[in-house]
Amino acid sequence: MNTRATQAIIRKDLKVAMQNKGVILPIIILPMILFVVLPWIMAYASSAAGTAGASMGNLDEILKRMPAGLLNELSRYTLEQQMIVFSLVYMLAPMFLIMPLMVSSVFAADSFAGEKERKTLEALLYTPTTDRELFTAKLLGAWLTAVGTALLSFLVYAIMVNAAGWHSLGHIFFPNWMWIALVLWVTPAVAGLGLVVMVFVSVRAQGFQDAYQIGGMVVLPVLLLMVGQLSGVMYFSVGVVLAVGLVIWILDLVLLRLASKGFRRGELMARL
Amino acid sequence: MTGAVIQTSSLTRRFGEKNAVDQLTLEVQPGEIFGFLGHNGAGKTTTVRLLNGVLEPTSGQIKVLGLDPQTQGPALRLQTGVLTETPSLDERLTARENLSFYADLYEVPSLEVSARVNSLLAEFELADRADDKVGGYSKGMKQRLALARALLHNPEVIFLDEPTAALDPVAARHVHTLVETLARRQGCTVFLCTHNLVEAQKLCDRVAVMEQGRLVALGTPAELTRQYVKRLEVDLEVDPVQVDLALQVLGKLQELVLSTPKREKELLTMTLAGRESIPELLAILLQNGLRVYRLAPQEVNLEEVYFALHGGAA
Repeated sequence: MNTRATQAIIRKDLKVAMQNKGVILPIIILPMILFVVLPWIMAYASSAAGTAGASMGNLDEILKRMPAGLLNELSRYTLEQQMIVFSLVYMLAPMFLIMPLMVSSVFAADSFAGEKERKTLEALLYTPTTDRELFTAKLLGAWLTAVGTALLSFLVYAIMVNAAGWHSLGHIFFPNWMWIALVLWVTPAVAGLGLVVMVFVSVRAQGFQDAYQIGGMVVLPVLLLMVGQLSGVMYFSVGVVLAVGLVIWILDLVLLRLASKGFRRGELMARL
Repeated sequence: MTGAVIQTSSLTRRFGEKNAVDQLTLEVQPGEIFGFLGHNGAGKTTTVRLLNGVLEPTSGQIKVLGLDPQTQGPALRLQTGVLTETPSLDERLTARENLSFYADLYEVPSLEVSARVNSLLAEFELADRADDKVGGYSKGMKQRLALARALLHNPEVIFLDEPTAALDPVAARHVHTLVETLARRQGCTVFLCTHNLVEAQKLCDRVAVMEQGRLVALGTPAELTRQYVKRLEVDLEVDPVQVDLALQVLGKLQELVLSTPKREKELLTMTLAGRESIPELLAILLQNGLRVYRLAPQEVNLEEVYFALHGGAA
């Protein structure tokens, strides 16, 4: 493996992607909303509902439907604290996964389909890099960016959540073990999933927007997890997170194997 | 023939039902400037892709620099440079960033990258805009930068796909000089795909003419003109007082002189069936007492060969 070439492609892809508003804007706006604005709104609403003993929308109803395991974990808190912890720690957990998924998808779309759209792929294919080096560099660039951005978002979210809940809980309550497993085990797997799906889509897509729109459907499993949690069918315990992570990693490996088999410069060149 | 830099044998590439390259057999010798001519869709770009191992052939054999492009593609591409039909540059990067990126991919020694990039930027007159984004460049500047990129790693074989298509005459002449320098002084083999027949005539040692994926002619420009252009324009200059006599004599030679001679002052221009008619014509003129000052065939160019091969449809 020619690491110099691999690193050069990663650096170049990042530099080029950073200059694409279509890539950068969602990466800035989404975490601002999810991990800065939303925690404060949720904390304020939960606190207000808890102290008034009133219902915050359907939150207390949702709480009642939660599995015994979760209720047991929340039992040490007052109603106000339960609402804050439930909304900030559990309800937003599946939503966090949108971050690595979106970043990896958007970067992969720019890296693969964008390269085709900008007509820069042909010169790249004429270089001495092997198919494997090219594939690895393209994947790694998007994956490292997605995981890095997710970790940064997690740090910001941890600060915001603790700050938002401080007046009610009076101590640092975030992250718990479930979130640590989510960030370190599931996040990289989800980033990989967004990536490999986008590789498949990009081979056939004509450009960045085309690829990103088709590939956007990859968020559906995350939405299902959110619905599952809100409906009380499941909740994100450490065990569930580890199991979800394992399933996604296996899916990643299978899809990666298929994608790498299909990533041949002859095929790419024939589609130019 | 051994020692050829490029060898193909019955090379075929099919896209669906269409043969983009059909049974192509040719050899290119070291240091040769080899012209590859043909209409759009004749198979020129596909051939370049096949020769560099970035497209798989349907059948046939290829050797470039003694390597099989399919199994030794990376090693081969380290020794070849390609100027693609579109410049294929990253417009969000500067010229310097573009060249530095490709220098890494072509394994230019790290310590030499900066000097090599600067030298090429200067050679292609891009040094003063080296740190500007390529998106703001003119077509000609992009083409020059793409050419500089193709030369970054001092390739042994360079493939140029329409290198002067977007260039003004001054820049095109610069490219012509560069191509000649690469081949004549540095021993680089140049595979030149072009529509520009004047360019091919001027630069190429040999040319291949492609039509619908098939090789229809191969040889030096002189060989091809002899082989394919059967009519020849000649200029005749006789003693000015004998011009009318000359016209009378020529008027009787309808089997030899295919067109009515055109007169421009003392100079007569006419069409002959070929070079072989010149000695016979000269003999007849002398037999009739004409003092011939000049009987000169006009230079036949590749354009006429090309038109002859393509039935005048070029």
